[in-house]
Amino acid sequence: MFDNTASSLAASGVPRFHLADEHHPENGTLLGFWLYLMSDCLIFACLFATYAVLGRSYAAGPSGADLFDLPLVAVNTSLLLLSSITYGFAMLEMQRERLKATLVWLGITGLLGAGFLGLELYEFAHLIHEGAGPQRSAFLSSFFTLVGTHGLHVAFGIIWLVTLMFQVGKHGLIVENRRRLMCLSMFWHFLDVVWIGVFTFVYLMGVLP
Amino acid sequence: MSAHNDHHHAGDGHSHGTFKSYVTGFVLAVILTAIPFWLVMGKVFNNSSITAMVILGFAAVQIVVHMVYFLHMNAQSEGGWSMLALIFTIMLVVITLSGSLWVMYHLNHNMMPVHDMRNMP
Repeated sequence: MFDNTASSLAASGVPRFHLADEHHPENGTLLGFWLYLMSDCLIFACLFATYAVLGRSYAAGPSGADLFDLPLVAVNTSLLLLSSITYGFAMLEMQRERLKATLVWLGITGLLGAGFLGLELYEFAHLIHEGAGPQRSAFLSSFFTLVGTHGLHVAFGIIWLVTLMFQVGKHGLIVENRRRLMCLSMFWHFLDVVWIGVFTFVYLMGVLP
Repeated sequence: MSAHNDHHHAGDGHSHGTFKSYVTGFVLAVILTAIPFWLVMGKVFNNSSITAMVILGFAAVQIVVHMVYFLHMNAQSEGGWSMLALIFTIMLVVITLSGSLWVMYHLNHNMMPVHDMRNMP
């Protein structure tokens, strides 16, 4: 970046305070969105730290080993992982300017995300029904906050995805819609990265004796 | 900028990924997810702390795989600013996690005997 300015100075002899090869105006949005994701990452770091501190405070209530249903979590994980690659396929179709295929892959991604959310809500309902709601112990409070915040992000991701499907259907794959799809792509893959932390740290380590 | 102009150039600092890179990332992610689940559900190790260390290692590798193949992170994207922001965030995350655990562990450790001492004659 600085080399660039220096070389343009050397070439023309006149100082120029902008990049000679700046030709990608949506970069600002993508970098800004990346910074938002990094701040989101800090929210999750705080929630993970809270869970790490309180995760073994059962208050004589049920522990992770009693509550967590690992096959269900495995299905959930594979749904989210599949939705990550189907979103990737949507982005590839977007680059090939194929409107219909993009919409189909986006739709599949949305359905997989909805399936993930449905299973998570089922799990939450099941836990609360068993008397293991967020008010039962510090462990369950931190568990519901961490996993619930992730689920909330997925829910907003699905709302955003459906909105974008309507936008793309109405206006086509214009520059603005491509930029929006790239931002949602980062958001969606970021949520999958957070889920790696959740299933490893909360579920798998939670059932260890 | 026309719609044709804003892709197909690698030097713009934003890489898009290819079919091959997405599939490679997906296969790696599936393997790196399946092994930890197998280790825990199949009770492969008798020692819990060994299992915990191993699955944390797998998670760290999988996060890197997702960053590279799905989020297309590299040192060049956005002129290096993405990577700089990421490194800064990782530093903050490490400080938050290790700091909280360290402080709270010592707090628990130091506060524990107070209750017993009060009951002493």
